[in-house]
This record gives sequence, structure tokens and C-alpha cells, in this order.
Amino acid sequence: MFFSPRLIQHPDFKVGMRELAPQSLGIAAWGLMTGVAMLKSGMSAFEAVVMTLVVFAGSSQLAAIPLIVAGAPIWVILATGFCVNLRFVVFSLHLRPFLMHLPRWQRMVHGYTTADISYVLFTRRYHQPGQTEAERLSQEAYLAGNNCLNWSSWMIASLVGIALANWIPPAWGLGFAGILCLLGIQCSLASSRMRIVASLVAGVVAVLAYHMPLKLNIVTAIAVAVALCMTLERE
Amino acid sequence: MNGTDVWTLCVIAGLAVVTVITRGFFLMSNQAWQLPRWAQRGLQYAPIAALSAVVIPEVVMSHGELIATWQDARLFAALAGVLAYRLKRNVLLTIVVGMGVYLPLHLIVGI
Repeated sequence: MFFSPRLIQHPDFKVGMRELAPQSLGIAAWGLMTGVAMLKSGMSAFEAVVMTLVVFAGSSQLAAIPLIVAGAPIWVILATGFCVNLRFVVFSLHLRPFLMHLPRWQRMVHGYTTADISYVLFTRRYHQPGQTEAERLSQEAYLAGNNCLNWSSWMIASLVGIALANWIPPAWGLGFAGILCLLGIQCSLASSRMRIVASLVAGVVAVLAYHMPLKLNIVTAIAVAVALCMTLERE
Repeated sequence: MNGTDVWTLCVIAGLAVVTVITRGFFLMSNQAWQLPRWAQRGLQYAPIAALSAVVIPEVVMSHGELIATWQDARLFAALAGVLAYRLKRNVLLTIVVGMGVYLPLHLIVGI
């Protein structure tokens, strides 16, 4: 919740912004490309702007694009977005002890604005929740500073991307940059051998089951990969 | 100009709710609680499986069929992107290197 004066005026708000600054170029590039990819998929500029402003989750936006184009049912798109976003459930569990002293709506706003990079920076800097009131405030201000710069870089770049997209010829195939971006996040999640297995199995099943109606190949692939890995893990 | 339709706006609203729920999942309740063990284990694999299920068909298929040739710009771009990630552990570099391979192959060589 980076619009509260008690956080903005805290010195650690600036520290949070400064530590995120080196990453903001990358965030902006990703946002720019998501903006372009949304428009190139056939969304209207209005839809793309609304999506940018309210969804605020690049990976689920990009994953939803091919499904929206294919006319998949809404529940398949939402289920896919939910699965892509499940990593945030883990983040929220991790952040919980750091934020529990706040009222619910403030916790929810902090959670909503904390994306991948600010989560990584915050948890790298703070290993223990603050013990005193002052410590807790300083942690909260740092997180808010992080999120403020992250949110602004993302939003500005996405809106610029939406504005520029119509000048880029479709033949360039820039939409593919969205797929490469998802591929990069996929690599960053491939932190154990079983996760690599999950990724390979899901990819193969999604291709084999491609002709299932309603884009059900996506949900099927996720279910098979997760079930198989949980079974293998037990042995 | 692309048109706006209600169905797409509903999808967008739904995705926004998904963001709120997933990012605030453990921040909602005032009581401490835990997910059942099976769900915690599933959480390990679901995100990467979901990404892969979207990404892989977009790289190896066109017009609903598995591509018959390895001479496709997308394959080289994806491979270069994965290698770039392995070397530098940087998502942005994956996109830059991948597009650096994709654009010349796609636009000049025409594959």
C-alpha cells in the first residue's frame, strides 16, 4: 500500500525504491512487450488498458492471450491463470508473518501489489519479521517502496506498449516475445529435478491432447503433470 | 481496429479476481491456518506445469499440428532463450536473446 504518507515519508521507502531500480528496466521491457502482445492478439485498446490496470500479473495475462484468441471457455482461462499464479500463494504464506499486525485490507493491498521481483528483494533483505513497532514500519515502508517502483515501471511501460503496438507490423511476429517471456519465467521456476519433470510432462501432454475441445489440453496437462510428480515424489 | 466485447471484459475481471485471491491467499484470514499436505506438495509443481502447457504448444505446433521440420525460427529462438537463462539467470536476457535469434530467422531467412 504505497500511497500512504506514513510509508512514503519513511526513509526505507526510498531504500526500497533504490534497490528495485536496477530491475526496473527489465520490468519495463516485460511490461512493454505484454502491452504489445495484448493488442497483437486482437484485443481492443480499451480491453488491453483495463487488463493492464486491474489484472497486474504479466504471466497470467500472457498465458490468457492464446486462450482468449482460441475462444476457450472462461473457466479454462481462469483455471490456467490461477495455476500460473499459484506461486503467489507461496509468496503470501511467506509474507504473512511480516504483515499480520496490519488490518486485513492493508494486508490484501500489500499482497496484491507484491509481484515476483519485490517478493524476492524483500525476502532476501528480511529474514525475520520486525520485533518492534519501528522495525515493522521500516519493513513495511521498504516493501511499499519496492512495490511502488515495480508497479509504476510496469504500468507505464505496458501503456506505452499498447499505444505503440499498432505501428508495429504483425508480420514481425512480436507476439512471440510474450511466449519467450513465459519461457524465461518457466526456466526461473525450474529449481529442482522434479519441477523439470513436471514441466516436460505438461508440455508433452499439452501437445498430445491439443485437439481436445475447449482448450482442455491445458488443464489436462497441468493435472497429469502434478499428479505424476506427486506420485513419483512419494516413492 | 479491434472491437471490445463483453466476454473478454468478463475474462479480464475474472483474471483480476484471480490475482487478488492468489496474491492475498494467506493474508485474508486473521486466524493462522495451513494448507493440507497434498496441496502444499501440488503447489510445487502447478505453476511450472501451467506455464509449460501454454508455452510448449506455441513453440512446436502451427495450425493445430506438430511442426514437421526443425527449421522453424521459434525452435531456435526458444533454445537460445533457455541457454541464455542457464548462463545468466536473467528472464529479460531470455527475451532479448530469443528475439535476437527469432527476428532475423523469421524476417530475413523466412523460416
